[in-house]
Amino acid sequence: MQTELPQADARTLSAPTEPGAEERAFQTRFETGIAASIKIEPKDWMPDAYRRTLIRQISQHAHSEIVGQLPEANWITRAPSLKRKAILLAKVQDEAGHGLYLYSAAETLGISRDQMVRDLLSGKAKYSSIFNYPTLTWADVGAIGWLVDGAAIINQIPLCRCSYGPYARAMVRICKEESFHQRQGFEIMMVLSSGTPRQKAMAQDALDRWWWPSLMMFGPPDAESANSAQSMRWGIKLFSNDELRQRFVDQTVSQAEYLGLRVPDPDLRWNGERGQYDFGAIDWNEFRNVIKGNGPCNRERMRVRTQAHEDGAWFREALERHAAKLAQRNEGTAAPRAAQGAP
Amino acid sequence: MLTPSIQFAYLTRFGDTALILSQRLAEMCGKGPALEEDMALANTALDLLGQARLWLTYAGEIEAAGRDEDALAYLRGDREFHNLLLVEQPSSSYAHVLMRQFYFDVWHNLALARLESSTDPRIAEIAAKSRKETAYHLRRSSDLIVRLGDGTAESRARMASAADSLWPYTGEFFTADFVDSTMAEAGMAFDPHALRDDWLRFVRQVFEAATLHMPPLDAWMHKGGKQGLHTEHLSYLLAEMQVLHREHPGAAW
Repeated sequence: MQTELPQADARTLSAPTEPGAEERAFQTRFETGIAASIKIEPKDWMPDAYRRTLIRQISQHAHSEIVGQLPEANWITRAPSLKRKAILLAKVQDEAGHGLYLYSAAETLGISRDQMVRDLLSGKAKYSSIFNYPTLTWADVGAIGWLVDGAAIINQIPLCRCSYGPYARAMVRICKEESFHQRQGFEIMMVLSSGTPRQKAMAQDALDRWWWPSLMMFGPPDAESANSAQSMRWGIKLFSNDELRQRFVDQTVSQAEYLGLRVPDPDLRWNGERGQYDFGAIDWNEFRNVIKGNGPCNRERMRVRTQAHEDGAWFREALERHAAKLAQRNEGTAAPRAAQGAP
Repeated sequence: MLTPSIQFAYLTRFGDTALILSQRLAEMCGKGPALEEDMALANTALDLLGQARLWLTYAGEIEAAGRDEDALAYLRGDREFHNLLLVEQPSSSYAHVLMRQFYFDVWHNLALARLESSTDPRIAEIAAKSRKETAYHLRRSSDLIVRLGDGTAESRARMASAADSLWPYTGEFFTADFVDSTMAEAGMAFDPHALRDDWLRFVRQVFEAATLHMPPLDAWMHKGGKQGLHTEHLSYLLAEMQVLHREHPGAAW
């Protein structure tokens, strides 16, 4: 959701017959109905730009799940207890599963998973920039669950009601699991912040490093978000970036207080008039820089994904070859059997 | 004569073997050759970790020295680990990951089936619960051995090479020592040698379907894992696994 690709080119939006009429009808459904109650299904007509926007958003979301496995998997082998190791393994496995649902949802729009993976590895497609930050201590696993999954849930719950059916349905399943992920993250933070002084310091350090990148997860300010307006008209996006960011801050500050941790923002204060927290300015230069590839782990994350993909090429080719051999053998055996059955 | 220390040693063999293989699979997390493989690897790792916790918890209770699953997993050195050598072998390629899994799964299913009729009800219970999971592991690894053996020329060569290089670590499945024979005499466990024919028959059947040759049956075999004498790999694996826990003595997580 952070990365803004070029807007759809209006000149490419023509459908084979009566382009204007179909597109107008499509748009009218959204303008006359309540956006959240309309469901577009894979076989329905849709404007090219709607299709492209969804492919971009869903595949970016799928890639985020896949790349997002890496920073947390970084701590599975060193998890400090067997129970924590089991929970973290299950969580990372869930994320691979989310990637799978989302790739499938995107495939209903006419793009293959292979193509999406190629786009990720070539750098054409993006993934959530938050995963370009390193996990330096065990507390980072807690902070990711608490803050990053917490922010993801706020971003994603509205998507359960988005206008594209397969995406909305995938999000219902994903959100259920994400709320478990957030609870396990918060629980890690709770144990650490009530633990030894070194554990508490580890928790504070993680909050210090993950707070601002988490706020950036909601994307650029509304005024600068190029794709937001059209996505909102199409019911792909139901709340603005700034609204969701505010919701996250309001929800999370009291949780940090409960943990006895300090939010690293000197400008953070309760605004009684608004009934919301005011918070300090976000460093959007850092955000843009990380998107451009200049984050602490961008190159490392892509190196690992690319290597896994290249190392696995022989495996994928072999499975395809074996399937082809089986099909060939079945053809070979099916014919004589049919012949025997003939009178 | 059966003593708690013999029972403890026996239980840690199963617990440590499941734990170390789980750790090896967890290293691969997010780096598999396909998304479905990533999920299957994590799933298998998770099953084995669950089994390890059951065995180690029970081992700690039998020992009655106040050590729980974490004390046993995180605070023993490599000479005190009793896992099979096969499972500590590194994941040098995905062919090795799958062949290691296959050799192990065949043995694991046979062994757990015997333990289901252990006179120790706790052992029988853990074995029965575990075998529900490992039956699936075996289906998956056998299927992949066949598909990759009978895939491309490259995949066949890779699988053949992994089959040969891991073969000398399979002898340990079938050699009995004092701990094995004492447990077997007490009706709590089985004679390891008795599994060999069934193991060979199953492996041969899968290799035939996979167009792979059986490595020589009289090959020289490594031994020592069950007694705490390991390959050079285990100490590194434990260093990584235990570093955080050991860095914070007594902390809760």
